[in-house]
Amino acid sequence: MTKEDIKQVVLDIIADIAPDEDLSAVKSEIRLRDQLSLDSMDFLDIVMELRKKHGIEVPEADYVQLASLDSCAEYLFPKFQAKGSK
Amino acid sequence: MSSKTRIVITGIGLTAPNGNSLPEFRGNLLAGKARIAEIDVRHMGRHPAGVCDFDATKWQKRKELRNGTRVGSISIYCAREALGDSGLVWESVDKSRVGVYLGITEHGNVETENEIHNISQFGFDTKYWTHHHNPRTVANNPAGEVTMNMGITGPHYTIGAACAAGNAGLIQAAQMLQLGEVDLAFAGGVSESIHTFGIFAGFKNQGALGAHEDPTKASRPFDKNRNGIVISEGGAIYVLERLEDAQKRGARIIAEIAGWCINSDATDAVLPNPERQAECVRLALKRAGMRPQDIHIVSTHATATALGDIQECTALREVFTDCPGTYINNTKSFIGHCMGAAGALELAGNLPSFEDGWVHPTINIDELDPECALPGLVINQAVQAPRLEAILNNSFGMLGINSALIVKKYGVA
Repeated sequence: MTKEDIKQVVLDIIADIAPDEDLSAVKSEIRLRDQLSLDSMDFLDIVMELRKKHGIEVPEADYVQLASLDSCAEYLFPKFQAKGSK
Repeated sequence: MSSKTRIVITGIGLTAPNGNSLPEFRGNLLAGKARIAEIDVRHMGRHPAGVCDFDATKWQKRKELRNGTRVGSISIYCAREALGDSGLVWESVDKSRVGVYLGITEHGNVETENEIHNISQFGFDTKYWTHHHNPRTVANNPAGEVTMNMGITGPHYTIGAACAAGNAGLIQAAQMLQLGEVDLAFAGGVSESIHTFGIFAGFKNQGALGAHEDPTKASRPFDKNRNGIVISEGGAIYVLERLEDAQKRGARIIAEIAGWCINSDATDAVLPNPERQAECVRLALKRAGMRPQDIHIVSTHATATALGDIQECTALREVFTDCPGTYINNTKSFIGHCMGAAGALELAGNLPSFEDGWVHPTINIDELDPECALPGLVINQAVQAPRLEAILNNSFGMLGINSALIVKKYGVA
């Protein structure tokens, strides 16, 4: 899975948890919270969906890594790679 | 009533299995149209149930729907529709002086069952348990969702009162208005019960779950062959105000709250007590300054259980002797038992009688149980009545809670 694929994974999750949001113009480098109406419960939803759908664990100390699509891709890439190699 | 402050109804919003507005609901009650479906109940197969089909996205964003509860959504729909019906200019209402008081039979079972089912897919590992569980299951959830949706900053809470909850919500609101705690109240009852298998299983194992090959005939209070309760969802929320406030803004006054009583059997968790029920009705009449003859419609609680219907008839027979102008009906025969919403919906369905002069019937009586043969029982066909100025709304519930609410036509002495 490429980093672009990972961004799409995160966007698909956001589409589920924030269905009223227009995601067509989300910028990868800008904090998601600055572009979309997302609160702390929504970020917990992202963590839960990564766990449920992809078996990826995000420890609480790393939640900050989910700030933007770019930081998500950087942070999650090795985790998806580790999953893929199993 | 100890207080002289008069409380009036100035708006109604509802969703019932056979109607998403009062005119639609009333039309179906007068036409004898039940609406009960058969649904898949988790672990239990198909059972009759009353399902509401209101447009939830009319007043909620999709994210609100995803994060909230079904009963929260029902509550928001009903409260918003009641507001529209009231003619209030919402922008000019002081939201800190508005209260939300909603009766519930139970709350949290739906979400808890859903989460147990959810984690069962993950070997019961609780790390998959949703963080939304607590805000969804706190007992004030339905009322709280209304305040968040409508920007209400006055008090909100639910009143847990088993199946007497619809009346209890209205009574609580009337009391808070009389006390001056709020200037405007959204009050009534709500239920999402069809989404929990536990209530179906509980009634089934109690021998009290209704069934019929035609689901619209499964709820049959007073019929000799009745076999139990049809579980339904729904809601009815009223706008209540002090009379002088309603008059000041030129509101359309739908009806006046005349009196009420809530008491307790203190005898059995599930079996009703007709002596206490009769006491409850008599005390409500006394507080309203009325005689039994002054009541023109008795909206019964009867749920179509073998014993419960007879017990209520025993209580009514004792109070309503020599009352030729009193008609008796039942709404559950159309929509099943809407639990926390039952009392509030059943009152709403009868209120238009003050204007249209009709009493809606009790349907699904093919063979009247002689023990339920009350004088004045309106069977299968609506009737016109010469005088319809007061309604007694009965709602009783488990653990022996009884409620009687009397509502009268505005302007009648």
